[in-house]
Amino acid sequence: MHNNIKIPVILMTLYIALFFGCNNKESDNNEIYKVNNKEEQNKKPYKAIEYAVEAPPFSDGTYPCTDCHANLAPNPERRELVEWHDDISAIFNHDSENRWCLDCHDLKNRDYLRLASGQLLDFKESYKLCGQCHGEKFRDWKVGVHGKRTGEWNGKKEYLLCVHCHNPHSPKFQELTPEPPPIAQEDIK
Amino acid sequence: MKKENSRRSFIKNISLATFSALALSGCDMEAFDEFLQQNFRTLSKKEKDKIIKNLENKYKEKYGKEFHVSDKPAIEGTLFGYALDLSRCVGCRRCVYACVKENNQSREPQIHWIEVLQMEKEKGIDFAHSNAKYNPEKVPEKGYFYLPVQCQQCRNPQCVIVCPVKATWQEPDGIVVVDYNWCIGCRYCMAACPYGARHFNWGEPNVPVEEINSEMHYLGNRPRKKGVVEKCTFCIQRAREGKYPACVEICPVGARKFGNLLDPDSEIRYILENKRVLVLKQELNFQPKFYYFFGI
Repeated sequence: MHNNIKIPVILMTLYIALFFGCNNKESDNNEIYKVNNKEEQNKKPYKAIEYAVEAPPFSDGTYPCTDCHANLAPNPERRELVEWHDDISAIFNHDSENRWCLDCHDLKNRDYLRLASGQLLDFKESYKLCGQCHGEKFRDWKVGVHGKRTGEWNGKKEYLLCVHCHNPHSPKFQELTPEPPPIAQEDIK
Repeated sequence: MKKENSRRSFIKNISLATFSALALSGCDMEAFDEFLQQNFRTLSKKEKDKIIKNLENKYKEKYGKEFHVSDKPAIEGTLFGYALDLSRCVGCRRCVYACVKENNQSREPQIHWIEVLQMEKEKGIDFAHSNAKYNPEKVPEKGYFYLPVQCQQCRNPQCVIVCPVKATWQEPDGIVVVDYNWCIGCRYCMAACPYGARHFNWGEPNVPVEEINSEMHYLGNRPRKKGVVEKCTFCIQRAREGKYPACVEICPVGARKFGNLLDPDSEIRYILENKRVLVLKQELNFQPKFYYFFGI
């Protein structure tokens, strides 16, 4: 009687042992799912704090700003620009209720941007300025999730500045003309 | 009794006749070699080198410029993954044509490895009511989102399982490839793929000489012939050289992300760990390595 119960129990234990045993072996063999080279992982060539970015997209003949501004008296009063930069006034749509030129551009040195702290900032680092408000996007951009990266997936990468895709004065992404649709299956000869 | 017309003698005679006809006609031996070529995975290094050299010469003769055909194996410790930001894609189809150009897809008859589906925001991901032929002046259109579909590079690829001749397989870095010389064109794999990611050369493929990409991989973008199946390989000729696939580099909104799933510092791992991610037709358990996510 006892023996009759024991045999299936033993058999089942064996089966279970075999099953798990095999599984473990399989995953051991499956080397592609393992990271085996820890040391190499740690010496990443692209672990830099500063980012390789393309040059800022200035409109022709606008930079350096001091070419014109050196001879102009700075006027800190908020106003609508009519004589110069009226093209920017016309499209300006970046929290325009509350902000204007000198929230990002420096009053005294026009060749630089200005952080909220008062620190001057080169145009090549404008992402820091954008990141003051758009922290979440900045965080994603730094790790290469927001925006486009070109270069090597396992090496040197090139970033685009925020302003390459978003006009800083009117940042909504512009609509695009789509490429032609695929030929319908019934029209393929 | 002597059997004059037995099946055995018939087969014997016909094969003899074929061989002698081949030998007599002076039919070019390269084509003959190609016909007898074994499955890519069973070839030795020497055989591969010879085949590739022949291919490069053949292409040079046909297209009149230098070609480089690589047979670079998978980089150790890589498993490629892809992520596409559904909140960013605007449906501009730049990726479709960058892919065609990079991978020497046939222009006429037309083959596209990427298909961009337009879907109503109200319905969500709904293949039955999606539209691949949208053609407005400007995209994105209000009330729609766009979902590009290409090979999902499944971990559990049924297209590979159904192939009766093992002409398609998953490489160690996770890319599912096709040996175009071994494919018999039965299209079982196309029936097995729920993503419509495999494409058949119904006619002789046609690529303009001036547009042909001469940087090739044997298992990727080398010219195909009529009667074989082809598919996205994550641009194997680029990926194994450390470059991003062509669709990633062209995307004007940066919706496409690519990298090594085994590298904890890669952007693809960041996405998997920090974003809301989905795979298409999850219920089938094919386990794609192509993820869709919401970047916002």
